[in-house]
Amino acid sequence: MTVVAHDPTAPSWRPQTRLGKVLNFCRRRPLGVAGLIIVLIIFFAGLSADWIAPFDPEENDFASMMQAPSWIHLFGTDQFGRDIFSRLVFGARTALIVGFGCAVGGGLIGLVLGVTSAYFGGWFDLLFQRILDVLMAFPLIILALAVVSVFGTGVFNVIIAITIPLIPRCGRVVRASALAVREVPYVDAARAMGFGHARIVLCHMLPNVLAPFLIMLSAFVGQAILAEASLSYLGLGVQEPVAAWGLMLQGSAEDYATTAPWIAIFPGVAIVLTVLGASLFGDALRDAIDPKLRDR
Amino acid sequence: MYRYIVKRLLLAVPTLAGAAALVFLLLRAIPGDVCVIRLGAGGTHVDPASVAACHHQLGLDQPMIVQFLAYLWHTFTFDFGISMWSGNRVIEEIALRLPISMEVAVMATVIAVLLAVPLGTISALKEGTMLDHVVRVLAIAGIATPSFWLGIMSMILVLNVSSAWTGRPWLPPIDYVSPFQDPIRNLSMVLLPAITVGYRYSAVTMRITRSAMLEVLREDYIRTARAKGLLEQIVVNRHALKNALLPVVTLIGIEFAFLIGGLVITEQVFNLNGIGRLLVQAVQNQDNVLVQALVMLVVVIFIVTNLVIDVLYAWLDPRIRYS
Repeated sequence: MTVVAHDPTAPSWRPQTRLGKVLNFCRRRPLGVAGLIIVLIIFFAGLSADWIAPFDPEENDFASMMQAPSWIHLFGTDQFGRDIFSRLVFGARTALIVGFGCAVGGGLIGLVLGVTSAYFGGWFDLLFQRILDVLMAFPLIILALAVVSVFGTGVFNVIIAITIPLIPRCGRVVRASALAVREVPYVDAARAMGFGHARIVLCHMLPNVLAPFLIMLSAFVGQAILAEASLSYLGLGVQEPVAAWGLMLQGSAEDYATTAPWIAIFPGVAIVLTVLGASLFGDALRDAIDPKLRDR
Repeated sequence: MYRYIVKRLLLAVPTLAGAAALVFLLLRAIPGDVCVIRLGAGGTHVDPASVAACHHQLGLDQPMIVQFLAYLWHTFTFDFGISMWSGNRVIEEIALRLPISMEVAVMATVIAVLLAVPLGTISALKEGTMLDHVVRVLAIAGIATPSFWLGIMSMILVLNVSSAWTGRPWLPPIDYVSPFQDPIRNLSMVLLPAITVGYRYSAVTMRITRSAMLEVLREDYIRTARAKGLLEQIVVNRHALKNALLPVVTLIGIEFAFLIGGLVITEQVFNLNGIGRLLVQAVQNQDNVLVQALVMLVVVIFIVTNLVIDVLYAWLDPRIRYS
């Protein structure tokens, strides 16, 4: 609840409206806005793939194999005659599902665990820290590979495989912020009011560590898309005939380097643009929220 | 200092044991019986007696805790057992492939440092100029580009250029030759992978060098050094860079550890027979013994590298005294 009253001693500047804040962000961080636009375009392409794609992304057409880019096939066709543009558009959907699925899943679990660990402290925190140490000792792609070897391939399993390594990365940062929040008097006040642990953690501490969480989330989207592309490229991620950018690059280097290089070029450009967009936007968001971290 | 090293070494033990436990449990969570898969590979009926014999041979009839302790002991004594797929000893498989992976990793790190430190420094010195913008775009593009795609692109370039020049596409050799035996053949094999991986890792280091340099250049002692009338070159090299490189050293170490993970994919692109490719093959063949050993190897490299960085950091910066 906010009480608005006229105060003659108030400074002459007016607080920025929400729209004003957004416009200010756009003016001061053009690269971040460019990144956001790229991500939004990919998002739109993924959402409306059924209407944008001129061809069925999974249908082989052996009459038009490895055709160069033309007006009919904008980005050419692959070794099975499938339209590369259509596969890219549907691939955007796969990338977004995996990217956002892993980032949100890993981020939220890490957020809750990190805040809970900081709130309770003691042996729970100590144990949690050691578990994080163990999980952080695995490079992301190695842990994802180990998980894939257990659960198998496919979109859903890939999401699990990439989500697990993201949890400790989020948990650690959130815990550090939450430790500072725990010392703030309103947490003591909430405890004195007799609120339950769950209510204090979820309603009082969690909203106050959202800034680092959001920054990390935007970085996670890019990381998850890269990891999915890598796993799919290795043949251990999304499986044929589903359209996925990493999968489209599989085996394309030597086999079609001289005859059909477009098979390898366009999916790579799509990955680079999406990750670039996500990281540009993430950087701008971080600078806007926490100027101390600028240029890091 | 020594006490700190000992403390860090002791702290690494539970992490290693935890990682070993995680790998052990993960690979035992796989549905299906290894022995049944092995014996029934041809789809034939599996004799329960031979399954029991196989269980006994692999030690799978022991209680879980005994299996785990045996596994821990074998890990710490570098006895990783026998590959379930090739039948060779795992330690031999690894020894055969480790040199090439390490060579690419070290070379990529050298390339990354040679690219990142000068470019990051120049970018900071020329802040806000065109040059600065170019370096920053280079850095952010490096972060967004998957190294395997960069590898594919460089392969396409090499294949096309070589076939245009000589009429015959040239591919890097596949069989590993030690650099002491045939340096040119060795270099033609590892240079491209090292450049593609190195560029990607230079990107992050470049950004940190730039920001650390910017921070240091605003310090009072830099102003004092300039006020004394020192040459700009001396101010930059001796006063600024030396201090700015501290966080860079840490980062290079962390990146080196991550590089081992990144090699998994790059080796696949360039058909290099390193440990990364071996891991992918082991996962594809469901060779759990090999997967287990390789994952542990990466974790050990990771933990040891982190330890070395921390000690190096304390040695480089006398202000830091670990208690």
